[in-house]
Amino acid sequence: MSSKPTNRPLSPHLQVWKWTLTMSLSILHRASGVALVLGLMMIVWMLIAAASGQTAYECFLWFATSIVGQLMLFGWTGAVYYHLCSGIRHLLMDAGYLLTIPQAERAGKIIFIVSIALTLATWGVLKFSGGEI
Amino acid sequence: MSQDNKWEDTPFKSPMARARGLGSAHSGVHHWIHTKITALANIPLVLWAVWSVMTLAATGASYDTVRGFFAQPVNSILMLLFLISVFYHAALGLQVIIEDYVHCEKIKMMSLIAVKLALFALCVASVFSVLKLAL
Repeated sequence: MSSKPTNRPLSPHLQVWKWTLTMSLSILHRASGVALVLGLMMIVWMLIAAASGQTAYECFLWFATSIVGQLMLFGWTGAVYYHLCSGIRHLLMDAGYLLTIPQAERAGKIIFIVSIALTLATWGVLKFSGGEI
Repeated sequence: MSQDNKWEDTPFKSPMARARGLGSAHSGVHHWIHTKITALANIPLVLWAVWSVMTLAATGASYDTVRGFFAQPVNSILMLLFLISVFYHAALGLQVIIEDYVHCEKIKMMSLIAVKLALFALCVASVFSVLKLAL
């Protein structure tokens, strides 16, 4: 019945659409998810190193407290908070809330603000308390 | 779309198969449900994990501090729950991303298998490490 190719319009490619906030939310949700898997490797490293012994743990600690390690941890917390807030939005949408465009846009703005605020607050508390939380 | 769904338009598909709507994979909905259930579990677990990693790794906690941390059953139990829930959620999420963007069937299958095996191995390794630290 549908063996011959159809001439129905195909979905145009990404760049012809006007960019919307919800597009950024969706893409960032996936991107932060992938980043979280990379960040998870830091936790895996910490656990395996700590279980392996003091020398291995100190090697991990050297990396985690280096500039690169601290930047990775900073990015990891940012990705955690973004994915968390955005994930809660997804759960609310599954439950039938936040489905209109104005609601989605408002939720998106709240997600950005809350995840940035939580990231800065976490590192602020960490740095100002000198690590003694 | 029409080319992928040729089978749907033929009379060879039984009404029962059409009603079940499962397709040749015979599954799909459970994937979404498991993603959502682990997402719910992850909300408290991840917040706890951020706090723990911040107090341990980010501040350069000593070897004895880490051992002492996991000697507490509450910390070990929460870390195990975090690892299992997060690794499962990650495996489900990465699977969807690969299925969406990798179109070459061979590379797709290879990456799906590689990602699942790698995540499973890393999960077992970290669970074992927590148990070794705790016990």
